[in-house]
Amino acid sequence: MATPELERILARHRGDPLQLLQILIDVQAHQGWLPPATLSAIAEALSIPRARVESTASFYSFLHTRPAGEFRILFSDNITDRMLGNQALMQALCETLWLEPGKVSEDGLVCVDTTSCTGMCDQGPAVLANGRTITRLTPERIDEMAHLIRHRVPVGDWPPEWFHVEDNIRRRDVLLDHGLAPGAALAAALDRGPTALLSEIERSGLRGRGGAGFGSDIKWRACRDAWGDAHYVICNADEGEPGTFKDRVLLASYFDMVVDGMCIAGLAIGANKGFIYLRGEYRYLLDRLETRLTERREQGLLGHNILGRGFSFDIKIHLGAGAYICGEESALIESLEGKPGKPRIRPPFPVTNGYRGQPTTVNNVETLALAALIAVRGGEWFRAIGTPASTGTKLLSVSGDVASPGIYEFPFGVTVAEVLAAAGAHDTQAVTSAGAAGHCLAADEFDRRIAFEDVATGGSIMVFDASRDMFEVARNFAHFFAHESCGFCTPCRVGTAVNARLLDKLAANRGSPYDLDEIGKMHRLMQGTSHCGLGNTATIAIDDMLVKFRPAFERRLMSPEYEPAFDLDAALSQARRMTGRDDADAHLGDNRSALAAAGARAPGGVESAPATAKPAPAKDVQP
Amino acid sequence: MDTHKLNVATTDSPAAKPRKLKIATVSLAGCFGCHMSFLDIDERLLPLLERVEFDRSPLTDIKRCGFCDIGLIEGGVCNAENVHVLREFRAHCKVLVALGACAINGGLPAQRNHLDLGEILQMVYRTGHGLAPGSAIPDDPELPLPLNQVHPVHEVVKIDYFLPGCPPSGDAIWAFLTQLIDGRDPALGHGLLQYD
Repeated sequence: MATPELERILARHRGDPLQLLQILIDVQAHQGWLPPATLSAIAEALSIPRARVESTASFYSFLHTRPAGEFRILFSDNITDRMLGNQALMQALCETLWLEPGKVSEDGLVCVDTTSCTGMCDQGPAVLANGRTITRLTPERIDEMAHLIRHRVPVGDWPPEWFHVEDNIRRRDVLLDHGLAPGAALAAALDRGPTALLSEIERSGLRGRGGAGFGSDIKWRACRDAWGDAHYVICNADEGEPGTFKDRVLLASYFDMVVDGMCIAGLAIGANKGFIYLRGEYRYLLDRLETRLTERREQGLLGHNILGRGFSFDIKIHLGAGAYICGEESALIESLEGKPGKPRIRPPFPVTNGYRGQPTTVNNVETLALAALIAVRGGEWFRAIGTPASTGTKLLSVSGDVASPGIYEFPFGVTVAEVLAAAGAHDTQAVTSAGAAGHCLAADEFDRRIAFEDVATGGSIMVFDASRDMFEVARNFAHFFAHESCGFCTPCRVGTAVNARLLDKLAANRGSPYDLDEIGKMHRLMQGTSHCGLGNTATIAIDDMLVKFRPAFERRLMSPEYEPAFDLDAALSQARRMTGRDDADAHLGDNRSALAAAGARAPGGVESAPATAKPAPAKDVQP
Repeated sequence: MDTHKLNVATTDSPAAKPRKLKIATVSLAGCFGCHMSFLDIDERLLPLLERVEFDRSPLTDIKRCGFCDIGLIEGGVCNAENVHVLREFRAHCKVLVALGACAINGGLPAQRNHLDLGEILQMVYRTGHGLAPGSAIPDDPELPLPLNQVHPVHEVVKIDYFLPGCPPSGDAIWAFLTQLIDGRDPALGHGLLQYD
């Protein structure tokens, strides 16, 4: 890399090591990948160890420490993309370009691969082409894409309609129909003052919309009361849960409400600096959001002395680089500090020791927008909506087998059946209640209510009709988690990989009830032993599907007894090839006949044959 | 349903002493460290021998496994012979136990798993330093062929219990065996379980 360019990037980030991730993203945007020499140069310039630079560079999916191809086409591989046919499209693109998935072409031109859900489930199949979102892929678009790649047409010159992202808002309620001018909520909050504002938030019963439902007033008060040199507000826009895309719509079309909400949070906790952690998949929104922030500064709605009321608060947008784990608040803060997104050990919690070790509140995009609404309309008004324990409305991202996928704003307490009816779902077999990380509901549960006290949700409602194979849904989720586990703790790192392998074994029709037991066992083990929410929730949906849709799994079983994890005879292939042997001893027969033969050879004959059928699961010798 | 729990009271005559249980042990792709650790039960071997007798095991040098109550497997599965022996144990043992880290995870021998077996054989027998002229990859049918990768034993046959450790301590093996022989589900508490 030309040194002046690197220096320009470093200067823009003021040579701050905490900006490492942003520096790496900018450097890669300039030169396509991150060569070893560049990493060394960055380490030297920032006066940090080379290993630290490399650990960040190698952690994130969208950073490449090896040449990644001039064109990098990543197919979103959520189950909803699969249901819309992304696999056939990816295969077609690979065949047209003479490529193997995941490998850079020999001329370094192109690489086609998959990536985790890109948040376009209502308008898939989607790809990221050099980081830019393309929606609604068709075989025709794939053909044309191959043509454009072959002729080295820059992604920026591809047909503009490909990059069009719809909001698809299907039902509006108090938030999506707020009718407020930019800054109105902020003005109302300034009128109330921090103490009254916090009381309003408390009265409203507002709970975090990311899914956990923690009381916003409790979080804000704890943060406000914590001692620190500075306080920070972080807007968690790392919307990575498969099947959710509500934050994208809020950022794209309700950004002023979100910014007002952040300023209000700043007012409440005594902060004058905020960050939006924008997931890398939503990079296409960045310029638009930056422009709006600049406009707001010019309008006196952001920055120094907001609305002439003596309150100062400014916002900086940080980009993620393809890591689901960064949606976890302490991992997000690590990432914000330029490190790999690995969750911190808690306590201490971010409200006392967050960004730069200072008191920090991390809130979901939707929570902040709702806080803005409450600042204007008041807590009592908000509390009247929804249920007593779950006040207000919830944005639901509905995708899958429905006539009208998109965003539905419903008051809490709505039943799953009502949501399905509104979205035009027919013959529905199953619904995810909180993406890949939450419970999966079967038809007899559709009268349950969406609320923290019943079906808690972050808003990812994926719908599967009777034609879908729930086993494939489980397998898709298992691979998602195996890919997204940060690797910090053993139960999650190993458990997610074991699960993916077990489901692959079943998919290859080589499974037995033993494998189903193992999946259940992995579920019980990972719950509670994992370091963070990722491992604790990674098996919930899979275990639900295994229990509620067991025939989808059982029809893949090869036998009622144990089956080996791999093809034993094929495992001798390399040795046979290298030695040229093909005698009887150079082969291993199938397990069952071999076990029977081994038993028959034994002294004592059949009369003292042991009890062989043993359905009892294997056990660890833990108390 | 714990059909593989051992019923020690089963005898023809209630007055007679319970029959001795049969135990077989083997080291596959292991270092015999788990067997050495087994011997660390020291003088407790004598009371153990009042309740069990050894079938195939390095302690007896019996070459083939008869029908047994308990089989202890040390080491992972690295070649065709390991597969045959493991199958023989599974076919003859009511309860099969993966003993130690290598049996459970593949352990140290599995460090070759990230290398290509073909390249390993090529380098060791054909292109490496200091080889006699005309060296070739052994192809004698007497020799078991290595598997492409080293596997934990539970990937080849069903395993009933896993006893972790490198090696599990003599105390852990003693506690495990005595509980199993008493007909209980072995449960090792803190201090006896180790994952190293």
